[in-house]
Amino acid sequence: MMWWIALLTAALFSFVIKFAGHLIPEKWLAHPAVKRTADLLTVCLLAALVAKQTLTSGATVAFDARVPAVAVAAVLLWRKAPFIVVVAVAASVAAGLRALGWG
Amino acid sequence: MAGACRVSFHPDAADGPAATGAAGAAGADSELRSVAVRQGLSIGLATGAYGISFGALAVVGGLSVWQTVALSALMFTGASQFAFAGIFAVGGSPLAAVTTSTLLGLRHVSYGALLAPTLRPMPPFKKMVAAQLTIDESTAVALAQPTRDSRRAGFWSAGVSVYVLWNAFTLVGALAGSRIGDPNAWGLDAAAAAAFLGLLWSHLKTPHARWTALVAGTLTLALTPLLPAGLPLLVAAAAAVAIGEWSRK
Repeated sequence: MMWWIALLTAALFSFVIKFAGHLIPEKWLAHPAVKRTADLLTVCLLAALVAKQTLTSGATVAFDARVPAVAVAAVLLWRKAPFIVVVAVAASVAAGLRALGWG
Repeated sequence: MAGACRVSFHPDAADGPAATGAAGAAGADSELRSVAVRQGLSIGLATGAYGISFGALAVVGGLSVWQTVALSALMFTGASQFAFAGIFAVGGSPLAAVTTSTLLGLRHVSYGALLAPTLRPMPPFKKMVAAQLTIDESTAVALAQPTRDSRRAGFWSAGVSVYVLWNAFTLVGALAGSRIGDPNAWGLDAAAAAAFLGLLWSHLKTPHARWTALVAGTLTLALTPLLPAGLPLLVAAAAAVAIGEWSRK
């Protein structure tokens, strides 16, 4: 029972945090400097997500089958391959390397 | 294709209803929307399938199937869910589980603020649905798109598909428990990484953007061993923005 209360409380907090960002007043966001910073934050956020998803495992930096998979993805993106192809090939490269016993 | 058809659009040029006026622009708009939807669905599949590992891990750690399913449906944010189930599994206190999962979710405040100009105006109920669907993936897909319409399409397609699949696969994982193998054997983690790279790609046109992105990525790796999961992302992004703004002058 204790854990159900904890679970529902944590879920409520999670929702309130997500909702809070959506309630920030329009006029705070309309300022040109805010917009410019938001664009830069987009780049930084995406880059941080790439680094986290490619090179970390829990609380450690890890080098495994994801790295060659993402390198192949980068080549495909440079060659202007469709998004879904890039994602599928990256999964196959990592799955293939792991099937061979690496990473 | 995702990158190619964006080339001719400046991020602001096609914003707003004016862009849908001419027939040619309308065609380009629907093309941009379908690119966004395809990206959203790809990410939905790659991330949603990951729910299987959460479901299995939570049940093996001792949570009931109902508690596991409730976490995915109600909390719906991967890092916080894994932390909550992990603290339960090692016999931690309920208070520690609530505190940790809440701290990990703090980055979502900035996501809501970034998405607000795109998604507004929304009636109150829709705003609540959008808030629940505000996660790393839906925010990333939305912000990577060049126009307001395609951003909306990206947000909703990624948000809804991740929600549906994440919950469905959580149930599968919870029922199968420890009999499930490792989803990484299928390369799902690499698929998600490639998807984020694909979203980042079209934003790297200027040297300043490339340099700032490199700073953000490097900081994330440097902070990963130092901060609890979920926070390195936010701190690194914020610091890189500060460095980027400073170096622009």
